[in-house]
Amino acid sequence: MTPQATFTAPKFEVKSHASLRSAATKIAVEHLNFFYGKTQALKDISIEIPERQVMAFIGPSGCGKTTFLRTLNRMNDVIPGTRVEGKITIDSDDIYAAGADVVDLRRKVGMVFQKSNPFPKSIFDNVAYGLKINRVTSSRSELEGRVEEALKDAALWNEVKDRLKSSALGLSGGQQQRLCIARALAIRPEVILMDEPASALDPIATSKIEELIVDLKKQYTIVIVTHNMQQAARVSDLTAFFLLGKLIEVNSTEKMFTAPNEKLTEDYITGRFG
Amino acid sequence: MMRLSRSDRARRSVSWVMTSLTALCTIVAVGILFVILAYIAMRGISALNFGFLVDTPRPVGEGGGIGNAIVGSGLLLLLSCVVGIPIGIACGIYLSEFGGGWFVSAVRFLIDTLTGIPSIVTGVFVYAVIVLRMKHFSAFAGGIALALIMIPIVARTTEEMIKLVPQSLREGALALGAPQWRVTLGVVLPAAASGIVTGAMLAIARVSGETAPLLFTAFGSRFYPRNLNEPIASLTVQIYNYAISPYDEWHAQAWAATLVLMALILSINLIVRFLTRQKFN
Repeated sequence: MTPQATFTAPKFEVKSHASLRSAATKIAVEHLNFFYGKTQALKDISIEIPERQVMAFIGPSGCGKTTFLRTLNRMNDVIPGTRVEGKITIDSDDIYAAGADVVDLRRKVGMVFQKSNPFPKSIFDNVAYGLKINRVTSSRSELEGRVEEALKDAALWNEVKDRLKSSALGLSGGQQQRLCIARALAIRPEVILMDEPASALDPIATSKIEELIVDLKKQYTIVIVTHNMQQAARVSDLTAFFLLGKLIEVNSTEKMFTAPNEKLTEDYITGRFG
Repeated sequence: MMRLSRSDRARRSVSWVMTSLTALCTIVAVGILFVILAYIAMRGISALNFGFLVDTPRPVGEGGGIGNAIVGSGLLLLLSCVVGIPIGIACGIYLSEFGGGWFVSAVRFLIDTLTGIPSIVTGVFVYAVIVLRMKHFSAFAGGIALALIMIPIVARTTEEMIKLVPQSLREGALALGAPQWRVTLGVVLPAAASGIVTGAMLAIARVSGETAPLLFTAFGSRFYPRNLNEPIASLTVQIYNYAISPYDEWHAQAWAATLVLMALILSINLIVRFLTRQKFN
């Protein structure tokens, strides 16, 4: 049986993205291996992530997509016993080079986590945190302006503008997640990594986040890990499929969900495993 | 009605006996505590009046009070907090946030051992190391002795409270480009603050009842404290001195001082309760 013969009609609504090939490479990964102690979690990953587009990572649980995402802002550094081999460059700077500054890297590469993690502070202070620690703003009014801008960019401003001083923990789950996005946007990163940002949210909150992602790619390079293939199809320009620590296929999302090159990709997308 | 089999009846009677036994033990435990409280209140209330709370000790037959001991105990507690709480909290932060490997395990074991050391040993140690060198008793020595008792308690509660702060909060801050020390000070500590405060309050409640370490360090005094480099009075030592005296009047004053001390410890515990309740609201 050929893949074409077994392939069921695509159930995914895929947006057409015209400007696919024109984008410059933002992140280049070459032969990346990653280890938790003796366990190898990523095997020889090479991929190029283009500027100002959305790339989705899909794959079954434990396939390494979150681990890979976290190598891009060196978030795995905080886990003891981990080791990286290979090379990752962002704007042709090697982020694992001996002299590379992890604080600078994380300013440039923001992250939104699976579970929203607002600080137990006020809404304002949550968004202002990154600005304050990085000494981005020089005056109170500038700080307030940046916070407002970030909250507007995260489509949260109208819901919270009257209660900026109240606790962030009083917001709903969806609002908390958009607050975390605002917090990441406030320091104006160039890349935003999102680790299943909508997995804990209801469909309405999820669609708000998805609209936001599509909107944000005008300014930012976005990499999103998702378990939800419809979500990958809705928001991304490019999709990468991971399996057992290996990168199986990278393709335009349209191609990926209609006529993937690899048999494994097709089996996964059509629900034969995973 | 369903008939009970033999084994059912046996099970029920065992259950009844066991439940009654645990209830009885509870009544005994709580009952003894209430008897102690009632007895102290009964014996102490007769000598208690405003003059007693502000006056200094006087010779037998002339009345006198424990004002200097109340102030002394307050100062000793303040000293021990100033020394003990920052060190304890810093130690807890190190154990949970920055430590790893055998060193931290060893420190944690030593701290647990320290918590179990009898307080009189701490008193003798401070006597040997500080009092003998300075050649006199002092409030400083007393405060340090109490601080040494507080440090392990504060360190362990701080460590446990910080461990309860979710890792996701730390990662959230790190992902914004925050250096480790700013994450700890600006995010982790505030998130654990109410628990750390509770631990500190419990440590204060614990040392406010200590007598033995003060006998060799703060010693006691008949006057209001003028500076911290002199021997200083404290409620517990005052109670001890009056209780072992042969005079009925001093015995009555010892009971009254006990009542005052108990009220102080009770209020500290109530504050702790209040703070912990706020946490869960």
